[in-house]
Amino acid sequence: MLKTIDNYAIELKGITKSFGKVIANEDVNLGIKYGEILALLGENGSGKTTLMNILSGIYYADEGTIFIDGNEVFITNPHEAIKLGIGMIHQHFKLVEVFSAMDNIVLGTKGRYVKNSALKEKILEMSNKFGLEIEPDKKVYNMSVSEKQTIEIMKVLYRGAKILILDEPTSVLTPQETEKLFVILRRMKEQGNAIIIITHKLHEVLAISDRVAILRKGKVVDTVNTRETNEKQLTELMVGRPISLEIKRPETSRKKTVLKVVDLSVVNEDGTIGLNNINFKLKSGEILGVAGVAGSGQRELCETIAGLMHPKTGAVLYNKENIIGKTPDEIINLGISMSFVPEDRLGMGLVGSMDMIDNMLLKSYKKNKGFIIDKKPSKQLAEELVDKLSITTPNVETPVRMLSGGNVQKVLLGREIESEPNVLITAYPVRGLDINSSYIIYDLLNEQKKKNVAILFIGEDLDVLLELSDRIMVLCHGELMGLVDAKNTTKEEVGLMMAGRKMEGVDSDE
Amino acid sequence: MNNRSHTPFIRTVKISERSSNDILKIRIAAFVLALTAGGLFILLLGFNPLKLYGTIISGAFRSKMAFQATVKFMIPLLMSSLGVSIAFKMRFWNIGAEGQIIVGAVCASYFALFHDNWPHFLLLIVMFAAGAIGGGLWGLIPAYFKSKYDTNETLFTLMLNYIALHIITYLRDGPWKDPGSSGFPKIARFTANAQIDKVLGVHFGWIIALILVVIVFIYLKYTKHGYEISVVGESKSTARYAGMDVKKIILRTMIISGGICGITGMIQAAGSDMTLASSVAGGVGFTAIIVSWLAYLNPFGILLVSFLFSILDKGSSVMQSTYGLSTYFASVLQGIILFFILGCEFFIRYKFVLTKKGGK
Repeated sequence: MLKTIDNYAIELKGITKSFGKVIANEDVNLGIKYGEILALLGENGSGKTTLMNILSGIYYADEGTIFIDGNEVFITNPHEAIKLGIGMIHQHFKLVEVFSAMDNIVLGTKGRYVKNSALKEKILEMSNKFGLEIEPDKKVYNMSVSEKQTIEIMKVLYRGAKILILDEPTSVLTPQETEKLFVILRRMKEQGNAIIIITHKLHEVLAISDRVAILRKGKVVDTVNTRETNEKQLTELMVGRPISLEIKRPETSRKKTVLKVVDLSVVNEDGTIGLNNINFKLKSGEILGVAGVAGSGQRELCETIAGLMHPKTGAVLYNKENIIGKTPDEIINLGISMSFVPEDRLGMGLVGSMDMIDNMLLKSYKKNKGFIIDKKPSKQLAEELVDKLSITTPNVETPVRMLSGGNVQKVLLGREIESEPNVLITAYPVRGLDINSSYIIYDLLNEQKKKNVAILFIGEDLDVLLELSDRIMVLCHGELMGLVDAKNTTKEEVGLMMAGRKMEGVDSDE
Repeated sequence: MNNRSHTPFIRTVKISERSSNDILKIRIAAFVLALTAGGLFILLLGFNPLKLYGTIISGAFRSKMAFQATVKFMIPLLMSSLGVSIAFKMRFWNIGAEGQIIVGAVCASYFALFHDNWPHFLLLIVMFAAGAIGGGLWGLIPAYFKSKYDTNETLFTLMLNYIALHIITYLRDGPWKDPGSSGFPKIARFTANAQIDKVLGVHFGWIIALILVVIVFIYLKYTKHGYEISVVGESKSTARYAGMDVKKIILRTMIISGGICGITGMIQAAGSDMTLASSVAGGVGFTAIIVSWLAYLNPFGILLVSFLFSILDKGSSVMQSTYGLSTYFASVLQGIILFFILGCEFFIRYKFVLTKKGGK
């Protein structure tokens, strides 16, 4: 088949998909050519992932047709998608940890029947072609996040994919690693592949794509050429109205140390080092940002302060009192609130099958006198939160599992804030949130800061960390790389520390 | 188009919400289908299905005595279902109701056999407490190992059933063997003093069972303990994060779950068998698992489902004797009915969609 640059690799016509009463995609028309990178931009719940799942055979559209190279196709399962040359790289890696890179790449194909040396050669040849760095014999559990992602990409290329879909590929990468990924993507584009990238980071859209398709409420509202657009226009298209992109950083006075972490070392259950000799102070009325690639010790830090993990050495002083050894319950009662939004968003802070009322009770039910729980106050609280944070839900009796990601996070953070903590630890509060909801969360945090709450903010997006935090500490492999003043640092500096370069003597502590 | 052949004609689609009305309709349809399929089976054997079904219903209700027998069937089933449902709510797979019933019965029987000179009500209260403690401790063993070493509670509770069963056999053949049975291995019949009184013709276990329905309902829905059980069941890490003592909750809940099963054993021994027989649980602990899931762990649902099960049980035994059928005939019929009732759950969660032609 002759592929000229003007042929659409994939064309979607009139795709509609609904789940029960919820319409995820409505009459979507979209085309992508070979040798092109299309960014799919949209708020949470706008139908990006559903649309891509239809392309990769996980869902089947209710209505509409898909053309590949001009032929109508029926993608009924992921195998079919692969056969048609569509490869999806998911946000969460689907690799076998104990297998080598090579074994993971050929897993499920006939590749295993080929001689090892020949296979290795083939993989190396392919990786050279696209500029991927792969060590075929390295085990996955020895790999960094970015290496794992490379394997995922190689996996679909090995299966002959000409059309690649990447679902939020940069959320786990450092700025430097992201740049490396973009180089690979550009290389693949030059080789004539069609690439669709799902993301909600605007500067990345502008950096990598040729065209941008913007989804809103399941419909494609516009497709623009990247060269002719800017962040402001994209945001407006995505949200549907103009919106300010500035994050405020209010100044507070009366800063005094409330939490002091001294020589804290944590060893994980599997014997790996979680935290190594961490020292820092957290003051009232400040937001201390924590930067680092995923798995650099953020979870261990949160859980140790919350009393869920026991450190090997070190102390956490809360108003000069060591809280190590106290139960989570006692720590909650001291006014230290921890909200960790894990990858599945529900995991720890909320109970998915319970409604908002019952979730409000999670940390306060013990304050009920006697044996029976009085649910009236928590119902009132739930209704207040719905109003105050404009949470979209049919009613407060709906299981929180049914709410969209943004609303779930509002429920979680809202509850933590309503408990009027003195120390608020929040990890990834805007994980996967759309712009609008993210800004509501930033405002909530700033409001708490003004109330002299000490806030430890563990974030993913460096730009946000730089704008929102007063100070930033950087973790890498459980070690503190440095603590810098957010106003006087640069993205590059923080990025280098995230990758493991220590900044000696940089400490804006006093 | 050669790809046309790959079009799926029927797909299953997950349904996020069905109205309760639709769910009821599906359940009724499943019930009707179950009766139809069961009817075909009866026809194959050369009987009139309508007549046989009539016999089941009338067998369960035809006389005061029949109805009393139906209720007697229901009591252990209802109580042990309530017991296991508490553990299930915590996602603790307590398959050991059988064993907990047995140990409860054994502990209660000790007092019935060796302290039957105590005042009647004191004796009953002690037996009741002994049953609860025995069953509770039997439930505590797997819970302890689960919380301490994360052992598999399914296998653990299952294996404890057989240990419990053989404890009875040991007692029957050895220390508790009835000296008056002229060598035949059995345990002596309880004296009237150690038997549960009758209220309205059935031993008063039915009153305890009904009270338990209400208590368990309130316990799970409105108390701190119930709340903790739900949270632990959903996610242990969330529970820890909220400051709950997960180990303590697991231990406590299994004592309660096993304790209720233990009470069942005491009531079965002192109210129905009037002795300690190895058949004191008789599979009820397993049926309870089906009952509590069919009722979605709702105590009032459990009351309804266990009542329907007892009708089927009592009715089929009448049917067997009336038509001279094999004892397994009723089991096959029960199996068919269960198959449809459980199968309809699939249609509550999923629906089939016929694929429309491409471009529509």
